[in-house]
Amino acid sequence: MATTAPHTPEGRARTPGGPGARERTPAALAALVPRLREICGADGVLTDLSQRRVYESDGLTYHRSTPGVVVMPTTTDQVASVIRLCAEHGVPYVPRGAGTGLSAGALPHSEGVLLVTSRMRRILEIDLDNECAVVEPGVANLDITRAAAPHGYYYAPDPSSQQVCSVGGNVAENSGGAHCLKYGFTVNHVRGLEIVTPSGEIVELGGKAPGAHGYDLIGAFVGSEGTLGVATRITVSLTRAPEKTVTLLSAFTSLDAGGQAVSAIIAAGVLPSAIEMMDALAIEAAERAVACDYPAGAAAVLVVELDGPAVEVDAQLERVTALCADAGSFETRAASGAEERALIWKGRKSAFAAVGRISPAYIVQDGVVPRTALGEVLGRIAALSAESGIRVANVFHAGDGNLHPLVLFDDAEPGAGERAEEVSGAILDLCIEHGGSITGEHGVGVDKACKMPRMYDDASLETFDLFRRAFDPAGIANPEKLLPTPRLCGERPGVRTGVHPLVQSGEAEQF
Amino acid sequence: MTQNLDVEGCTVREAAAEDTVCGVVPQQVAVPSDADSLSRVMAAAHRRGLSVTARGAGTALDWGWPPRSLDLLVDTSALSWIDHNAGDLVVEVGAGTPMADLNAALAAAGQRLSYDPVRLGGTVGGALATGVSGPRRLLSGALRDLVIGMTVVRADGVVARSGGRVVKNVAGYDLAKLHTGGYGTLGVITSAAFRLHPVPEALRLVSARLDSRIRAERALSALCETTVVPSAVELDWPASGPGRLDVVLEGTPGGLEARVAATVGALAPWASGEGPVVAEELPEGWGLLPAEGTVALVTAPPAQSVTAADWVREVSEAVDAGAHVRGSAATGALSVTFPPGTPADRIRLVVEGVRSAEGHPLVLLRAEPHVRAAGIDPWGEVPGLGLMRAVKESLDPGHRLSPGRFAGGI
Repeated sequence: MATTAPHTPEGRARTPGGPGARERTPAALAALVPRLREICGADGVLTDLSQRRVYESDGLTYHRSTPGVVVMPTTTDQVASVIRLCAEHGVPYVPRGAGTGLSAGALPHSEGVLLVTSRMRRILEIDLDNECAVVEPGVANLDITRAAAPHGYYYAPDPSSQQVCSVGGNVAENSGGAHCLKYGFTVNHVRGLEIVTPSGEIVELGGKAPGAHGYDLIGAFVGSEGTLGVATRITVSLTRAPEKTVTLLSAFTSLDAGGQAVSAIIAAGVLPSAIEMMDALAIEAAERAVACDYPAGAAAVLVVELDGPAVEVDAQLERVTALCADAGSFETRAASGAEERALIWKGRKSAFAAVGRISPAYIVQDGVVPRTALGEVLGRIAALSAESGIRVANVFHAGDGNLHPLVLFDDAEPGAGERAEEVSGAILDLCIEHGGSITGEHGVGVDKACKMPRMYDDASLETFDLFRRAFDPAGIANPEKLLPTPRLCGERPGVRTGVHPLVQSGEAEQF
Repeated sequence: MTQNLDVEGCTVREAAAEDTVCGVVPQQVAVPSDADSLSRVMAAAHRRGLSVTARGAGTALDWGWPPRSLDLLVDTSALSWIDHNAGDLVVEVGAGTPMADLNAALAAAGQRLSYDPVRLGGTVGGALATGVSGPRRLLSGALRDLVIGMTVVRADGVVARSGGRVVKNVAGYDLAKLHTGGYGTLGVITSAAFRLHPVPEALRLVSARLDSRIRAERALSALCETTVVPSAVELDWPASGPGRLDVVLEGTPGGLEARVAATVGALAPWASGEGPVVAEELPEGWGLLPAEGTVALVTAPPAQSVTAADWVREVSEAVDAGAHVRGSAATGALSVTFPPGTPADRIRLVVEGVRSAEGHPLVLLRAEPHVRAAGIDPWGEVPGLGLMRAVKESLDPGHRLSPGRFAGGI
């Protein structure tokens, strides 16, 4: 899945099956364990509580639930057999890649099977003639590039967590990254999928050729958050490494001026491979953590990357440098060597973790606004921050309007977590209000399922559900993710806190 | 059985000959004035159990296979509007908008939808429903890669939206991709939002004549080893005589010089005649499919696109079917066109011959009436058909949207 693991407050029970939920494998599930062992081998099935607890959350650690049983298949046939067994017995299953997702999309089901793909991590083929790679779902995103790089190729989608996140998770979440602006998202790079459907059937979709005939099931499967099946083999396009890459760091005395530079670059018809922006608080955090040596006194910095044929890159560099100066940049540096470039990126890439040094806890938000609304939305976020006394650091993909506000708070301070959540939720409302999205790359998962009605009307949600049921009529594939369920969201579409009242009163069971 | 459809905001008339869909004449034609009346007429059709096919400008009514049943043709041509937000490089557009109008509006702002239409005179909705992309799919992806949001009226008249107007968005299922190339069998598209690109300052076309399959393969592979970043690499492989590779380069006037030189350098050792030729604009009819005759689509792994094209020619030559192959060599998406009037039995032999070799599935996109009548299987084997049927069943349980026009009789 996507991006860096956050430092979030621990122990806040807000989740179906949070701490206190049953921790013993339920009897119905326990009866399946011998069959699961036959399928995956004894070492491929974890039933001990201590082992299961390792998997109780993904990157979003404030949603927790101990899985009923953990299975770690190594082949497509094993995946299919496990899912068929689940289907026969009506047992829910949750697929999990590297567990780096930030929407609790891989939150386990306490009465279900957690299907972990981490042992399926072979790169099966690097096919340079066809400019593609065939990989198993557990392969780490960056490993594809590592395998392709000696041949002059790379894999373009680059979530910030690319060293650890799995390609299978990227497919599930349609993960992006800084280079999406120019090169597109996971869905634009997946040519073929072997999937196991929620009924346990193995289906081949596409392959090395483009545009498989019939409905574009690949297009609909990518980003479906594990609700339509599990990808067991993935064919991705490889991209020719550009002749030249230049990274530019430009510093501004105001956030607004930085935003104007972004608009000017886009308006000039330049399409950089990345435009990232950081505000003063994010810069401060990055400096403290990695001493990235960004220009002193900057209220905002832009990291702009240009790539392509050398002559075109040189021409664009001149143009972008001038546009930044016109917008009021007081310092612009360009780096073309790999080392210098890495130094500029270091600050940006470490920003999430770095914030942990200036705040005991934080929430990473993931919303999108139209690029032209960036200035206004950032202003409103600043106002929200001032009103609530909750600090917000902004690090984001400015080129495509994907905000990642880091909402900082002290979890030792009573009520601070709640206020931070309110600010975080209000930021999403701002995104929706401006015609944006509640998630640009992390997915809906459990975390934002209750926000979906803010973005889509009932008819659209019902249509999503009709589509989902075509794949999973029994509702066993990653249930209660992506779409709001009345039981969990009925009373308050929005941020959930505390235990569901029906659960508290004993009238309903929450898992 | 003509039933009177009295829907507010919607003109309904009896169908005429020009409303024929693959030889099937509908009972009535409805022309809704806006998305709401489209929704109302679809709901009315649902209540009456009418089968429905949607039409934009009608340029692809002879594409796909004949509907098994057709009571109502819904004409979306009045849903024509453009909402262009240049600063966001995004446009939202009504399904009935002529593609030419959209292109003109975007060009005026120095932007474009990086999609080469394959038909003249079509609408945006028609381009989406048929989903076939032209040469520039190499650089910016196929049409489905450019769609970021869509509003659709379901078979029951319910209006459903997916995606939105921002490029980066993973909220909900990307149903727009399903409808792109779905021939209106899952819903009637009312509007769509696209990501746009700036129009590059300059363009060059490098063309090389290639006398043999081997030379074409070598040329293509030499080109792939460069870093010139072409926008399109089109193969033209006629029924007889030499083939041609057309390489489109776009960028700044200064930058193009070196890229053109590198492209010429890669192709020159394999080109015959006077070597690669450079032009400053695209030829007339660039990327368009012939307006007449039977057309098939073949896909192949990119490295095998020349082999696939040559295999089609070989099979075609053996039965004198005159097949002409063109398409995006660097992506492996090829079209095969047969001259108008080519006898059905010859086309059948080519279709079966091409399908007999593994790795390049063929689908008949448009068949002349005598070819349709011959009962050739238009789709061949389509992997994932079971799931496609399930999706159809879920979204159109009455099978009333263009039944039979799609793969597997969907």
